[in-house]
Amino acid sequence: MNRAALMVLADGRFPAGGHAHSGGAEAAVAAGRITDAASLEAFCRGRLHTAGLVAAGLAAATAAGGDPLALDDAADARTPVPALRTAARRLGRQMMRAARAAWPSAELDALAAARPRGAHQPVVLGLAARAAGLTPLDAAYAVAYENVSGPATAVVRLLSLDPFDATAVLARLADDLDRLAADAAAAGARYPAEGPRILPAASAPLLDITAEQHAAWPVRLFAS
Amino acid sequence: MHLDHELDEIFPHRHTYSAAAPTRPDGTRRALRIGLGGPVGTGKTATVAALCRALRDELSLAVVTNDIYTREDAEFLLREAVLPGERIKAVETGACPHTAIRDDISANLEAVEDLEDEVGPLDLILVESGGDNLTATFSKGLVDAQIFVIDVAGGDDIPRKGGPGVTTADLLIVNKTDLAPYVGVDLEGMARDAKAQRGELPVVFTNVKSEGGVTPVAAWVRDRLADWTTSAA
Amino acid sequence: MITAPTTRPSGDTLSAAGLRATARILARTDAQGVTRLPVLDGSGPFALRRLGFPGPQARVCMVGAMSAPLGGDRLAIEATAEAGAQLHLTAAAATVALPGRTGDAATYDVRLTIGDGARLDWLPEPLICAEGSDLWMTTTVELAPTARLVLREEQVLGRTDERTGRLHSRLTVIRDGRTLLDQETAYGPGVPGWDTSAVLGGHRAIGQLLVVGPEYEDAEQRVRLLGGAAPERLDTGGGQGVLAPLTGPAVLATAVAPDALRLRTVLDEAARNLPG
Repeated sequence: MNRAALMVLADGRFPAGGHAHSGGAEAAVAAGRITDAASLEAFCRGRLHTAGLVAAGLAAATAAGGDPLALDDAADARTPVPALRTAARRLGRQMMRAARAAWPSAELDALAAARPRGAHQPVVLGLAARAAGLTPLDAAYAVAYENVSGPATAVVRLLSLDPFDATAVLARLADDLDRLAADAAAAGARYPAEGPRILPAASAPLLDITAEQHAAWPVRLFAS
Repeated sequence: MHLDHELDEIFPHRHTYSAAAPTRPDGTRRALRIGLGGPVGTGKTATVAALCRALRDELSLAVVTNDIYTREDAEFLLREAVLPGERIKAVETGACPHTAIRDDISANLEAVEDLEDEVGPLDLILVESGGDNLTATFSKGLVDAQIFVIDVAGGDDIPRKGGPGVTTADLLIVNKTDLAPYVGVDLEGMARDAKAQRGELPVVFTNVKSEGGVTPVAAWVRDRLADWTTSAA
Repeated sequence: MITAPTTRPSGDTLSAAGLRATARILARTDAQGVTRLPVLDGSGPFALRRLGFPGPQARVCMVGAMSAPLGGDRLAIEATAEAGAQLHLTAAAATVALPGRTGDAATYDVRLTIGDGARLDWLPEPLICAEGSDLWMTTTVELAPTARLVLREEQVLGRTDERTGRLHSRLTVIRDGRTLLDQETAYGPGVPGWDTSAVLGGHRAIGQLLVVGPEYEDAEQRVRLLGGAAPERLDTGGGQGVLAPLTGPAVLATAVAPDALRLRTVLDEAARNLPG
């Protein structure tokens, strides 16, 4: 048990490339779906309970000792568009770089060797949590929080949204985050015995559609 | 300590993920990485283009661009046909160019490594920052040396103001000197201020778009490369 | 906020008000290459009609014999196309999920099994979630390595001018032992975040067209934006979607639209633009 490591892992300044990804917020802003703090909160809540839940489940299952390569396949099966698979693997590769520097581990080395172009980011994060001595619940929290803090930070830059309002949005999502992290951790704990069917697979059609729209933009600020 | 030593054997040191490591995984010496930073519109991309033209016949080169609008600089370089497309990579920065070159260099490191894998072996990789303010500098984890580009049109007080870019860059380029008479800039004053801020660190006054304008910059790059290839790994 | 139940009702505790029914279809080729239907077993609300003449492909239409699923019902369909068989399944009308008398949830499980060289087309009409309904649906497809699947799934949240019921749905596609696609959708009262700009953006019809087959193994991995998502006719108000390759020999179209009609338009565009 090493809770301080969670603060390192979940720090927005952890150098794993997240700052260049908006989690679909850049596309949602362009489409007029995010215009202010209230619409940012709705977007974040929707993303959290779909993509965030899936990612948190994968991370928790990895942290619980699930086979990272099998979970990487499970992540592919839960990510039906290439733009999001590519973004997840790019972020996974960047997370791997930072994680191996912070918490050297044979398990991280093995995954890096098996997926040189990057495994899905939640899987890498789950393994990093494991290497740092963190629990599956910690891993679920880190992933779930990042899942909404990324879009919130991006919208501060994209809309010049008041950063206090954006932070208040994240604070209002705390109850959702608590419940979701607990659910994801519970599923993750059952994964080694019960396999991928136990893991959440919640989908968000608009995130999938707009991710591919965004990837086709000739000019953009964020990588995803 | 005994324990540390054992851990070192189990988990070999992981310093190999940044510019700190001068070798590739196979033990050969990796490409020299030079960063180019500076405010918007001072001529970073023009310097990169001119350097590529000056050096591409003698060196194996590649470029990573970081721009707020990611593809623009890369497309400029492609249009100018200074390098084949596969030797240019663009990195998105999420509207924060200085973050991508200093605080979280992971995307740039990935781009640098991908270039070495895809078109290597390379002698030199130029990493161009998106235009930013005077405080933006490159992480030593990303580049081996950095060039800061300012121009005379930005005012002759910039060297006096200093800032990490002006004071610590390995080379300061004061670009567009041809404009000095039109913008009322005192080049000798700029040179004195730069000397005061930078001590022995070199400064080049030039216009990189003019014939031979990039020659002193290219000469400096060749010197860095000579140091790089001869210094012990 | 109403709290959604987080687990589906057990199949064992049959509600007093509920109906339990499983329809079974088995398609098998004979020595002449004609697909026969040795099992065509409608049950409860499912009446099955064989259409057309005997040939390489057997066509079956599901005719809704009564309103279903109602709350408390436990319904299932099992369809198998054995090696080399071709089975084409359609429905005569939309399926409407309705509330039951007790407020219990209904379950509806579709299981499709496709052998080597076989092809199964699963093209039912939309599932409409009436106000007050609560349905847990699963669709599980298992394909042999050279099996082919065409699957269309359409969900409509509420009848005209009506609020939606609650729908939990999971689509799992396993090919040669490996999970190709695993997707859950959850919409309706009490489901957190469902009616947001990240998920539906106000749309009330959601659909997918999934095509799996060995010919997609080497197909060009191209993404196509559909309907209003396409850059040349950017329109966030109408139907929109994306047709994209999965990790494996399959392509999936995902679409959302204000209503069933505009949803079908987008899925038809996807069908016209399948690679190969």
